[in-house]
Amino acid sequence: MKRRIRRPLPRSEGPWAWLTAGSVAVSLLMLGGLLLLISVRGLGHFWPAPVTLVELEDGRAIAGRAVRELPLVGQAGSERLYFTGNRDLDGRVWEWVPVSTIASQERPVDLVVLERRRYGDFIGRLVSVGPIEPTAHPLDQKAVWSRLQARLQAQMTLRDERDRIERDTLRPLVQRVEANPSDREAREALADVNETLRALQAAMHGEVVIIESVDGRRLEQPLDEVLHAWRPNAMSTVEKMMAWGQGVWRFLSEGPRDVNASGGVWPAIFGTVLMVVLMSLLVTPFGVLAAIYLNEVAHQGRMIHLVRIAVRNLAGVPSIVYGVFGLGVFVYGIGSSLDEWFFNDALPSPTFGTGGLLWASLTLALLTLPVVIVATEEGLARIPAEQREGALALGATRLETLTRVVLPMALPAMLTGVILAIARAAGEVAPLMLVGVAKLAPQVPVDGEFPFLHLERKFMHLGYHIYDTAFHGNDVQAALPVVYATALLLVLVILLLNLTAILLRHYFRARHGVLARQP
Amino acid sequence: MSRPPRLQPATSGSIIDFPSEASCLAIEGLSLAYGGKPALRDISLRVPRHRVTAFIGPSGCGKSTLLRALNRLHDLNEEASHEGRILLEGQDIHSPEVAVDELRRRVGMVFQVPNPFPMSIYENVAFGLRLQGGLTRRRMDDIVEWALEAAALWGEVKDRLRASAWSLSGGQQQRLVIARALAVRPEVLLLDEPASALDPISTLKIEELIRGLKSQLTLILVTHNMQQAARVSDYTAFLQDGELVEYAPTDNLFTNPSLRRTENYITGRMA
Repeated sequence: MKRRIRRPLPRSEGPWAWLTAGSVAVSLLMLGGLLLLISVRGLGHFWPAPVTLVELEDGRAIAGRAVRELPLVGQAGSERLYFTGNRDLDGRVWEWVPVSTIASQERPVDLVVLERRRYGDFIGRLVSVGPIEPTAHPLDQKAVWSRLQARLQAQMTLRDERDRIERDTLRPLVQRVEANPSDREAREALADVNETLRALQAAMHGEVVIIESVDGRRLEQPLDEVLHAWRPNAMSTVEKMMAWGQGVWRFLSEGPRDVNASGGVWPAIFGTVLMVVLMSLLVTPFGVLAAIYLNEVAHQGRMIHLVRIAVRNLAGVPSIVYGVFGLGVFVYGIGSSLDEWFFNDALPSPTFGTGGLLWASLTLALLTLPVVIVATEEGLARIPAEQREGALALGATRLETLTRVVLPMALPAMLTGVILAIARAAGEVAPLMLVGVAKLAPQVPVDGEFPFLHLERKFMHLGYHIYDTAFHGNDVQAALPVVYATALLLVLVILLLNLTAILLRHYFRARHGVLARQP
Repeated sequence: MSRPPRLQPATSGSIIDFPSEASCLAIEGLSLAYGGKPALRDISLRVPRHRVTAFIGPSGCGKSTLLRALNRLHDLNEEASHEGRILLEGQDIHSPEVAVDELRRRVGMVFQVPNPFPMSIYENVAFGLRLQGGLTRRRMDDIVEWALEAAALWGEVKDRLRASAWSLSGGQQQRLVIARALAVRPEVLLLDEPASALDPISTLKIEELIRGLKSQLTLILVTHNMQQAARVSDYTAFLQDGELVEYAPTDNLFTNPSLRRTENYITGRMA
């Protein structure tokens, strides 16, 4: 057994050790801080934070979530920022309150938060559910709350039913009619389905909930615009955790709403992963073949030496340059020609002549090509000469030696190249902005319509989503938690992609005990 | 048994021969250079069939180069050029009719460092057979068993043929590589310092194996270990500076070398 011997460092080398260890510590601290920040801010976004009812000294009452507190400029004390919601009543959702003007604050359990399709969140009290009955005496809050829950559940059932009919019945019928406009049977069925959908729509549309802000302004809120309702002050920790889990799940599984500032990021996750997978599929064969040529086939002369230097330097070209190349060559060059030859009917609206999934994947494949070539080449060069000679000495040709002995042994190195390529490509945003990423593309590029994978479609990307949400929303303050959550997600997605490739590499290495005897 | 005749020292072009032995390989006036730098100079000798012939000599004397010329492994080096002929059973191995992969199947090779492929034990032995193709599974199993048996490894691995070849010890790996070479039924087996990376017990096993194999094929052994050459070989060629200095039955060469240069080397008085 090997045992490491620890020697005390000579006194003269003390400062050295401090300097080197210190820089490691600082790097780790910064990395850890970064991950901690985006984790806390991103994950905290989904926690049902308590809502405070604040009575001000001037008699005004507001209700909202306390977000942060800053010292007042030029005077003692501090002011606090509340998220108060109710954009339709107040025209704004944020309120700065000097702490010294707060007369009292409490957290009543009857405060309700409604997440709505329009105008964002509502914070206030429930009055009644259903059409207004003039004679109605005020119901107790508990009964109204449970009625609201039941109605929301019913709404959700109707919504699911509508989506199901649209997906399973309506779309195939529309396709049939489009393919064959004289198909009477299909036309009649289509009319029936439309009737059913209209009826569903009407059933969903009729209901309202009467709500009241804490300062007594009433509002009639159509129930079909309410996505979700909760009473954060009445929730136990377990309920909050469940709500948190549901919030995370909705973030992962739903499409964005409200100019990307709320809702989920599913299309962006899907777009990112699909783009990276396509990129890997494109770059791996090219990179491996190129590396094989450079290392195994070509005469090792000055020319190959120059090519090798050029390939290594290509890895350092800024990514936006690749984006410009992709736009000029793939989109305007090849894409426009493809449109002229094959999609002439659709012109002047472009099919492949505009940015899309294929061009983005190709551009990133080009960007990561040097990484794969270099890693594969190094793997090929590490394979001992005895292995090649051993195969040749048994009567194998050079091609047989390559395919049966050399390439299987170089597989882990190729996967290392792919891992590095994924790590680089998944985080790239700049070139994508030129060749196919979209601010909003609710339709993911894979669906049930032939040819199932739509390479010409624009797609959403987590990296671009972060940029867009942070700078192009209506309310940057409200979008900030979404930015953090998306950033955290991007890190996790890249981690997951890398982990898959690393496990694959580990599998190939371990298969023949290569871990014990790495060539 | 008739005593082989004493040999005259190598002179240019004359082939050293043992008339009582049938020769398998004949090297005629072979010179080899890498990028204009000579590595072998005008070597002529005959390798007797079904005997063990050893090439000895100091490092860099060209013994490995000579060995690798016999299955044309030096073809891989673009800078290598040669003159002279190598005849395998009377046929020039450099002639256009000889396909190099066919030649290498007939002239197998075992290297200094055990080099099993990253596959199972079974697949390693079957590697050469699969290249040829056209064997039934049953026949393949039989040949693999025969080859492992011939390499004295069958008993140790018969229960784990599907295990990775890299899980074997160094000595077992070297015997596996010998089995792999034997599986394609070569006529000649070249061994390039096959035991130099092994422990004494594994070395002993390999040497026994070499002695046992000569009833089936011709073996050529390169070694820097003179005791090993003396223990296993029937004939020994001493090379120095790319030249063949002396070639004789092993007993004669070690007990009664005819040249001062040979004597100096085998007694350890190398300049």
